[in-house]
Amino acid sequence: MIERRRLVLVLASLAGALAVAVVAATFLGSARLSPGEVLAVLTGRADASGTESVVIWGVRLPRIAAAALAGGALAVAGAGFQALTRNPLAEPSVLGVSSGAALGVVVAQLMGPAGGVTDALRLTVFGFAGAVTAGVVVYLIAATGAGLPVQTLLLAGVIVGMFFAAAITVVTSLVDINRLGGIVHWLLGNVSAIPPRALAVFAMLGMVGFWLIAGQARQLNVLALGEEAALQLGVNAERLKLRVFVGSALLTACVVAFAGPIGFVGLIVPHSLRMVVGPDHRLLVPAALVGGAIFLLVADTLARNVVAPAELSVGVLTSLCGAPFFIYLLRTRYRGGL
Amino acid sequence: MRPLVVVQDVDFAYPGAPAGRLALAHVALTVETGEIVGVIGPNSAGKTTIIRLLTKVVTPLRGTIVFDGASLAGWSRWELARHVAVVPQDMPAALPFTVEQLVLMGRYPHAPRRFFETPADLAAARAAMAETGVTELARVPVQTLSGGERQRVMVARALAQEPRLLILDEPTAHLDLRYQAECIGLLRRINRERGTTVVLVSHDLNLAAEVCDRLVLLSAGRVVRVGSPSDVLDAGRLSAVYGCDVMVTSSAVTGRPLVQVRWPEPAARGGETRIRV
Repeated sequence: MIERRRLVLVLASLAGALAVAVVAATFLGSARLSPGEVLAVLTGRADASGTESVVIWGVRLPRIAAAALAGGALAVAGAGFQALTRNPLAEPSVLGVSSGAALGVVVAQLMGPAGGVTDALRLTVFGFAGAVTAGVVVYLIAATGAGLPVQTLLLAGVIVGMFFAAAITVVTSLVDINRLGGIVHWLLGNVSAIPPRALAVFAMLGMVGFWLIAGQARQLNVLALGEEAALQLGVNAERLKLRVFVGSALLTACVVAFAGPIGFVGLIVPHSLRMVVGPDHRLLVPAALVGGAIFLLVADTLARNVVAPAELSVGVLTSLCGAPFFIYLLRTRYRGGL
Repeated sequence: MRPLVVVQDVDFAYPGAPAGRLALAHVALTVETGEIVGVIGPNSAGKTTIIRLLTKVVTPLRGTIVFDGASLAGWSRWELARHVAVVPQDMPAALPFTVEQLVLMGRYPHAPRRFFETPADLAAARAAMAETGVTELARVPVQTLSGGERQRVMVARALAQEPRLLILDEPTAHLDLRYQAECIGLLRRINRERGTTVVLVSHDLNLAAEVCDRLVLLSAGRVVRVGSPSDVLDAGRLSAVYGCDVMVTSSAVTGRPLVQVRWPEPAARGGETRIRV
């Protein structure tokens, strides 16, 4: 069928673009390595314990993997929340879900260091609890008998986000001053190289979240007609919404656990892709996974190169792009309310 | 032949409604295979609630609804959606899907576990689009269509479900005369050629009188009368139910009942004073 062929085509082109981005990111960095040195390391001709090898294998490639995973997960979570609320401005950070996850992760960080597999699980579980709490609170504030009005939902998200941010400040003020710097750095939204085992845990949890959303893509299309119409077409709307909410919250929690609350990726990527592949979630959700990976990888590569040898937080960069993007969408598409 | 739908003594109240305030009370009606039944009545008589009950969006507090010999409680959602389709009053304003994508959504209940539609699904969708005259709009986003086009697209989506029972919620409410005529012509053709049973929920009593084999008159959640249009559309009964002065004559063209409202005169005293001055 046409749709299946389109999906393959879209994913193949995006995968090609991702490969280009990965290669570019491998060659770029504040440690000035020549292309020849990078190639020598990649082909195994360089000294395995030399600086070049450590930079490539120990720093750049793990960071590339972490950035790609975080970007893909956030973009899919954004697409999930947008389908769930039928609100194109919904996104983990706008809905306050990221802040909820961040509070959970901060609490988990106080309980011990990060790094191992069990630490990764603990951070994600606490982050997930925070994300679900924030999501449920936002829903309860915004829900009316007739649905989720756009403005109320956004306001509820902002307010809940502010509340959780304040709660994070309270918790961090209890922290030992020596660890405070790390937590503040993480709160800005930073991708850093994390141990491969921990990364594998996050990737697997992320795949569960992705599957909960992508597996329901056809039903999500039907849900766009409204809940009653979806029920009348045979969609179990309650179960669908629960799965997509759990999936989106899990993806958000995963990313927040290792990269902090990086904002607006879930807004920018699905919107840009919708212009290319259209609104069909069977194309959009898989495309968001790869497109989000490209976006955050490029953003992170910029963040660690533009002010080298210093570094920008990638979360700062995405917010600098995302806030104007949000305003643009608000002004052009939703002027006068929806 | 057994009736397609039997509603037996159904009570229903929306959650949160004050205790004892029923949206529907003691509702009983049947729909025979192949007929066109009109559901009429004043605002908040329970017309939309009947649609929600028949499609299992809500479940009765008391009583049962039987579709094709089996209680609705025993039908799964998607099985029911293969047999019962609804043409809603309207769709969300911002709907970026194309007409063809939207009509294809009507195929969902036929294979809910499949990720992509099959060529057979596409054929059914194209047939439904041809029948409602929206084939040339296939690639057009739904949100750019006019009211009449949207209506035909919603009918096409319902037909793609290949239902035995088609329920229409105020199908002519937003349409001008020409589109009303087209919509009714389409409805009659579907009923005759496909043998689809139709339940038509409408405010338009004259339309219901012309199109329907039988009418169900609801008022304040109760069935007031079920019968042929000429039986149900009685001037005295309508005046009582609607709370205004209603006249019933008969159409010069078809002989069916023709309902008119005798509009109230402006308050007599004020008018007279002015004329004298």
